[in-house]
Amino acid sequence: MKLTVNGKTVEAQAGETLLTVLRREGVHVPTLCHMEGMIPTGACRICVVEVEGQGNLIPSCSFPAAEGMKVHTNSPRVINARKTVVELLLGSHPDDCLYCAKQPTCELSKLSRDYGVAGRRFPVAKKKKPLDISSPSISRDPDKCILCGKCVRVCEEVQSVACIDFVRRGSDSFIGCAFDSSLNVSSCVNCGQCINVCPTGALTEKSDIQPVMEALAGKDKYVVVQHAPSISVSLAEEFGLPAGTDVNGVMTAAFRKMGFKAVFDTSFAADLTIMEEASELAHRVKNGGPLPMFTSCSPGWIKFVETFYPELLPHLSTCKSPQQMLGAMIKTYYAKKHGLDPAKIYSVSVMPCTAKKFEVTRPEMGRDGYPDIDAVVTTRELAQMLRIYGIDLRTLQPEEPDLPFGDRSTAGKLFGASGGVMEAALRTAHFLLTGKELGSLKVEAVRGQQGIKEAKLKIGALEAGVAAASGLGNARKLVEEIRNGRKDLHFIEIMTCPGGCINGGGQPITCNKAAVIERMRALYNIDATEKLRVSHANKAVQALYKDFLGKPLGEKSHHLLHTKYARRKAADVA
Amino acid sequence: MSAPSKVDKVLESYSFAKRDKLIPILQEVQAADGYISKPAALKVAKHLNIPASKVYGVATFYNQFRFKPVGKYHVMICRGTACHVKGSAGVLKMCEEVLGIKAGDTTRDGLFSIEVVACIGACGLAPVISVNGEFHAKVTPDKLRKLVDDLRKAEASNGK
Repeated sequence: MKLTVNGKTVEAQAGETLLTVLRREGVHVPTLCHMEGMIPTGACRICVVEVEGQGNLIPSCSFPAAEGMKVHTNSPRVINARKTVVELLLGSHPDDCLYCAKQPTCELSKLSRDYGVAGRRFPVAKKKKPLDISSPSISRDPDKCILCGKCVRVCEEVQSVACIDFVRRGSDSFIGCAFDSSLNVSSCVNCGQCINVCPTGALTEKSDIQPVMEALAGKDKYVVVQHAPSISVSLAEEFGLPAGTDVNGVMTAAFRKMGFKAVFDTSFAADLTIMEEASELAHRVKNGGPLPMFTSCSPGWIKFVETFYPELLPHLSTCKSPQQMLGAMIKTYYAKKHGLDPAKIYSVSVMPCTAKKFEVTRPEMGRDGYPDIDAVVTTRELAQMLRIYGIDLRTLQPEEPDLPFGDRSTAGKLFGASGGVMEAALRTAHFLLTGKELGSLKVEAVRGQQGIKEAKLKIGALEAGVAAASGLGNARKLVEEIRNGRKDLHFIEIMTCPGGCINGGGQPITCNKAAVIERMRALYNIDATEKLRVSHANKAVQALYKDFLGKPLGEKSHHLLHTKYARRKAADVA
Repeated sequence: MSAPSKVDKVLESYSFAKRDKLIPILQEVQAADGYISKPAALKVAKHLNIPASKVYGVATFYNQFRFKPVGKYHVMICRGTACHVKGSAGVLKMCEEVLGIKAGDTTRDGLFSIEVVACIGACGLAPVISVNGEFHAKVTPDKLRKLVDDLRKAEASNGK
């Protein structure tokens, strides 16, 4: 069908919304509540356009395109209406933008500038709802909420957690947990996807920059840092570089400039995880289960199982996440080797993830009264620290990480993308079970952006069924199939966030689907261009077993690299 | 297992119900228990396989649901149009002030609770309130204060 947009004739398919057509044609239409690929709610009204013959302005996000429509997106009426929408939203929004953690990515503030809002047209309606800072991962400021509903939708429709919803009605309504409980006692898994979709400063990560800077400035702490596989391919976006730019070397240099005594790569620990996890899988296959085995790297997923599917806890791999494995190795092996008092080591990790902030607080993640990891900062917080320290990545020369936790295989690096843990584990499991390398190291079936990826793979005599799901809604689908009797799967990778860590809740806010795809491409590019592609061939990992750990699943491993889970009570789950 | 509660009995009569039965179930739960307790809401959520946040969201959307047991004296304040014109806003404000609670709440001693209703259907008597079903016509803030004082005094002397 044909319609005209601002006088120009354009093509549209039946069933498309006006917004889809307008965006394809490169016509800018602002949105606040719109979520790509999801059913529109039409809540915010900022996307209104004028259609000739229609009395009222119509929301383009939820209005179907029709033959012969004459659409105006920039008429004075449209612009005035949009400006009024912004002014009305600002009527109940605090104007402490100078101090707001969401700057400079706040969409409301951008719209206010774009539409030339020059003053407070409507008197401020003071709400003064209390902050919710109960969660170790996520801070909520209900006064900054514009009720677009995106956090509610991502929590329910994408993650199937649904710990928040609209409470009350009309001008009294707000987003809250069941029974007005705080986030920390709810079923929230701390994934932070709500932060990434929030257009304002209502949802932000709980910042841990201050304690890290204090440790760096203090004399009595030996401050070390590790960075997750996805950080080096995501950080660049915070500084205006193209998505998917790998800044690994200069980021290492930047860490040293900030004063970190040693810079480690969590991808090394990912290789270590693979040794333990693949051995565990081989052990379970030989000894009759329990199967399928689920991966345990993603702390949101762990809390999800503990809360919603406690009967599946025996199916979780007992491996700690790479962050926690490296944390344990730093305060035991590394400390001993360098004659350091573990109590004096301050171990920081940079993660794409807000749930990691929760993971480090778990009492089982440490020994002798000190935690494996002392502080977690997200990709966003790292970028902020670089700005505070005045470090420009573009002026630095790449540097090498510190040994022995600096060498990694590309398999470890793949942990940053959904399907990557699976691919890395299959490479090593095949070697462990058959003594031979996998014919083609690339396992195409578990790559890509689909929510659930499955493959059948011959490992020796075993016809292994594997699956990788990302986004907890997809994980729930798979788990329900298994609970309903599905038996063909042996090994399942679950990533809490859609697409994996590259789309984590701590990643640059500007993130859109295209950026996530670029980050994924960057990781697979590293895998395609480097030589060391299997975890079991990582010499540093082999040396660690020889010097210290003994063998995978051995006593030391059991003690330091594995953990246990327990049923978790939540205020909103019976 | 303990004996099935009133809530269990309500849910029993709604076996295989889907989420569209949420509001009738909540109404029956409230009729049985006098309010929607947290354990009851969790049971309803589990029964309908919907998140508790959703149950709470729907229940708080409507004025009819309460989350605390009603007090010994349940004060219903009409906020319909006629009562509004005749000054029910001031009556409500006074009621909240003398009892120290907001509408929908119950005093800590369990004596009083306030509920705002849209129209009692006695517009000729506006502004009107009802205490435990007994109507009071043409209420003023001062009249309301006296009513509450009298009830409190009666309670205090009963206790002696």
